[in-house]
Amino acid sequence: MWKFLYQLASPKNFYRFTQRVQPWVAALALFGLGLGLTWGLVFAPADFQQGEAYRIMYVHVPCAFLSLALYAWMGFLAVLLLVWRIKIAGILLNVVAEFGACMAFLALATGSIWGKPMWGAWWVWDARLTSELILLLLYLAVLITGQLAKQRAEGDRLTAILALVGLVDLPVIHYSVYWWNTLHQGASLRLFAKPTIHSSMLYPLLLSLLGLISFCAWGILYKAGYEVLLRERRQTWVKELCEEKPA
Amino acid sequence: MTTLLHWVSMGGYAPYVWSAYGLVGLFLVLQLLALRSFKQRSLRQLSRWFDR
Repeated sequence: MWKFLYQLASPKNFYRFTQRVQPWVAALALFGLGLGLTWGLVFAPADFQQGEAYRIMYVHVPCAFLSLALYAWMGFLAVLLLVWRIKIAGILLNVVAEFGACMAFLALATGSIWGKPMWGAWWVWDARLTSELILLLLYLAVLITGQLAKQRAEGDRLTAILALVGLVDLPVIHYSVYWWNTLHQGASLRLFAKPTIHSSMLYPLLLSLLGLISFCAWGILYKAGYEVLLRERRQTWVKELCEEKPA
Repeated sequence: MTTLLHWVSMGGYAPYVWSAYGLVGLFLVLQLLALRSFKQRSLRQLSRWFDR
C-alpha cells in the first residue's frame, strides 16, 4: 500500500494512474447517480412529515457530505505538500478546491430551496448554514490565493497553509447541530451508529452519494492528469507522450 | 397519465424539488463542459510548447 502511494507521488506514475482508473470511476458515477436518483425520485416512499419535498435530500446530502470530505482531503494534501514536498499534492489541492467550492455552493443552494417550504425562509443565520457558508468562502479564498500567486510553487504553499487553517471549520459544521439549538436537523447518516432513516430511503441516498463521490473523483483525476502534463512539459516523458498521441 | 402528473407535481412541492435537481444537473453539465474546454486548452498549450 505505502509502496503504491509512494510511486503515485511521481508525476509520470500519477498521470498513468489517472488514465487507467478514469473509465472505471466514470462508470461508477453513471451507475450511482443514475440508479440512486431514479430510485430516490420515483420509487422511494414519501416522508410522513415532509411529504415529497424530502426528495431534495438525494442531491443535498451528497453535496454537503462532499463539501466537507473534499476539504478534509485538501487538509491531507496540504500536509503532504508542506511536510514531504510532494508536487502532485500541490496540483491536486487546487483541483480539489474547485470541486469542493462547487459542492459547498450546491449544498447551500439546494438546502435553501429545501428550507423555503419546510422552514418558511430561504435563509436563516443558523449555525449549520453559517458555518457551511464560511466553508464556501474558505474554498474561494484557496482558489483566489492559488490564482494570484506569482509562482506556482509559492501559490501551492500558500493555498496549503490556508487549507490547513480552514480545517478548524469542519468540526464546527459537523457538530453545529449538537452544540447549538439549530433549525437544521441532526445527521441522518452516522459512521458508527444506526442510520436514523428507513432502508427504503437510505439505499438510494447511499447510491446517490456513491455516484457524486465518483463524479468528483473522475473530474479531479481528469483535470489533474492534464495539469500534470502542463507542469511537467519540460520532461522527456511528456514530450514522448505528446508525440505518441498528437492533439 | 394521471400517475405521471401526480409524480411530476411532487405533492405540491414541484418547483422546489425540480429546481434543486435542475440546479445540480446544470452544475454537473457545466463542470463537464469546463473539463472538456480545459483539456482542449491544455493540448493546444502543449502542442505550441513542443512546436517551438
